[in-house]
Amino acid sequence: MSYQTTTKDHAALAEAFIKDEERVDWHDGALWYIREKRDIASKGIPEWEELREAASQIKSNVISNLHDYLLQFEANLKKNGIVVHWADTPQEHNEIVYAILKAKEINQMVKSKSMLTEECGLNEYLEERGIGVINSDLGEYIQQIDNEPPSHIVLPCIHKRKEEIGELFHEHLGTEKGLSDPTKLTRVARKPLRNVFMPRRAALTGVNFAVAETGEYVVCTNEGNADMGAHLSEVQIASMGLEKIIPQKKHLGIFLRLLARSATGQPITIYSSHFKKPREGQEMHLILVNAGRTRQLGRPDFQNSLKCIKCGACMNTCPVYRKSGGLSYHNTISGPIGAILAPNLDMKRHADLPFASTLCGSCSNVCPVKINIHDQLYKWRQEIVKEGHASSTKVFGMKAMAWTLSSSDKLDKAGRAGRWFMQNVPFVVNNKLNPWYKQRDMPEGPKETFTEWYLRTNGD
Amino acid sequence: MNVGLFIPCYVNQFYPNAARATLELLRKSGVNVGYPTRQICCGQPMANSGFEHLAQDCNNTFIDNFAEFDYIVGPSASCILHLKDHLHSDTQEAKATEIRGKLYELVEFLTDGLKIESLNATFPHKEGLHHSCHGLRGLHLAQMSELNAPPFSKPEKLLGMVKDLEQVRLGRCDECCGFGGVFSVSEEAVSVKMGKDRVRDHTRSGAEYITSSDLSCLMHMEGILHRNKSNVKVIHISEILNASI
Ligand code: SF4
Repeated sequence: MSYQTTTKDHAALAEAFIKDEERVDWHDGALWYIREKRDIASKGIPEWEELREAASQIKSNVISNLHDYLLQFEANLKKNGIVVHWADTPQEHNEIVYAILKAKEINQMVKSKSMLTEECGLNEYLEERGIGVINSDLGEYIQQIDNEPPSHIVLPCIHKRKEEIGELFHEHLGTEKGLSDPTKLTRVARKPLRNVFMPRRAALTGVNFAVAETGEYVVCTNEGNADMGAHLSEVQIASMGLEKIIPQKKHLGIFLRLLARSATGQPITIYSSHFKKPREGQEMHLILVNAGRTRQLGRPDFQNSLKCIKCGACMNTCPVYRKSGGLSYHNTISGPIGAILAPNLDMKRHADLPFASTLCGSCSNVCPVKINIHDQLYKWRQEIVKEGHASSTKVFGMKAMAWTLSSSDKLDKAGRAGRWFMQNVPFVVNNKLNPWYKQRDMPEGPKETFTEWYLRTNGD
Repeated sequence: MNVGLFIPCYVNQFYPNAARATLELLRKSGVNVGYPTRQICCGQPMANSGFEHLAQDCNNTFIDNFAEFDYIVGPSASCILHLKDHLHSDTQEAKATEIRGKLYELVEFLTDGLKIESLNATFPHKEGLHHSCHGLRGLHLAQMSELNAPPFSKPEKLLGMVKDLEQVRLGRCDECCGFGGVFSVSEEAVSVKMGKDRVRDHTRSGAEYITSSDLSCLMHMEGILHRNKSNVKVIHISEILNASI
């Protein structure tokens, strides 16, 4: 279930995805439908843009005072009887989870709503050590039985058609062949999923919002699995990235209203579960994970990316994402937000992602916390080139173009209009190897350029 | 009022008619237009590819050509936005700053600068308006569909003044066409798929022409239309606003 094995870049993976054009059209339509639901929901409340601004400012405050809020949160967690752990790396996070389970001799765990543990590769880590993990959310469960990572942070198997899911269920759950009715499929899956809760003594969830003031955390779900897992467990673990903090409980009203509307167009998620202290006889652990977040905090141009509340709206609106599928981003968090987070983790490996965008800017406009995503994509491009991650042919081509385009003297001997351009501007360079011409033509060069006409006629 | 006409390199080379229409429109509106013939490129192709630092000579050339004008107007939203955001100079930063403040895209200049209320133009065709992303989300030529904010549209206002023109309604009013500069070749498959889908939205809506304030989007869509032997044509907005029969 890992992306590490792929050596192909976004363009190559996207090209493979696009080969099945009917699937792309359907994928694009499914996500656009969610974008439209989001539009209707956000336009249904007049204060929408003010909410976005407020949320963005609250998160700015969090980013500037993260150290203090984390300490306050930690102190309150402890007061509430929750055991607090700090993990600097994904490896450390996984070791902590393992140690907690080992101490209780637990060898099975249910998991719900956690992209962070996907990022950490927790499932594989535990499975190698004899601990079975089951993703209890339907979409994640489907991805798990197919041994494939999620392609979307909110809709993990959005790239799969219902017929493919029917096929998977037939193979893994023994359902009849050819079943593709979504309601029936959900009903079928419910049985094994319900059964996993009973014998599992440990449950792990992600965290949507961590309230510094009270030491509680909130998990938002539509299926209620986080609650079911947590309530039945003897050991409850929550893993969260450092940036999930909000200062006060009263701020939740802003974020909960924004989150569900942005994510799916719902006014609110079906469950907004608050967890504050362990039940009698239960153990509660919370792991605060850094995994590169403080490094991002130290990059002034990119620290705003830590405001993200993982609603997925930027993916749904992104035309590149809709046409290329989440898996083409070869990173746990895909789409526009993934493209500005991933280079922080490994700039070389993710050097392609900030270029997988037309910089259309729709992502920044839907973002409920107003992250300037497309500006950051532009800035990452400069950073990646400066750090030497552009190919040498590209560097050469760009230098040649910059030289040609710097003064019109170099234009004079170009001959027929258009020819100069096609000889010097890499994306239209006229040779058979240029991908421009695979499915597109270039306009024919006119008799004379505008400048030639102007000089000839003096502009009359 | 002295207006410097900025014609981006690819417009100069491939779309001289749009450049001439821009010049004529400005003149008809009573402004004094100068065209510095040594101008060349805004530097965007380098900058968007991550090579902003290589655009320095382009920037200085631009400054030398345009510093003297009261306003600088060009028929390309994307180049204008690039210059507004990124025109800097190691040697003449004061001039660069001044220029960034007096740059206008054509539609913006006609509506906000010259406050045009009527045009003497006729274009008896069905037309689909393509919003370039840089014009829309960068220069705010129209309201963006993502925001909860009152609608407006500067290009539609101008097109509304053209006689016999029929504007078609699109399924997705401001989706990107997938050009994206170097993206068009580095991500060829996605770029073309996005372009095909945009074009289809227009053709399905019955458009005979696709128009825009950005010729780079149009060049990409024209390339797709042409390859697929479509009868639908692209036309820069200046040519419609300047059209007579
Ligand atoms: S970047 Fe913004 S829009 Fe994208 S997932 Fe995060 S909060 Fe949502």
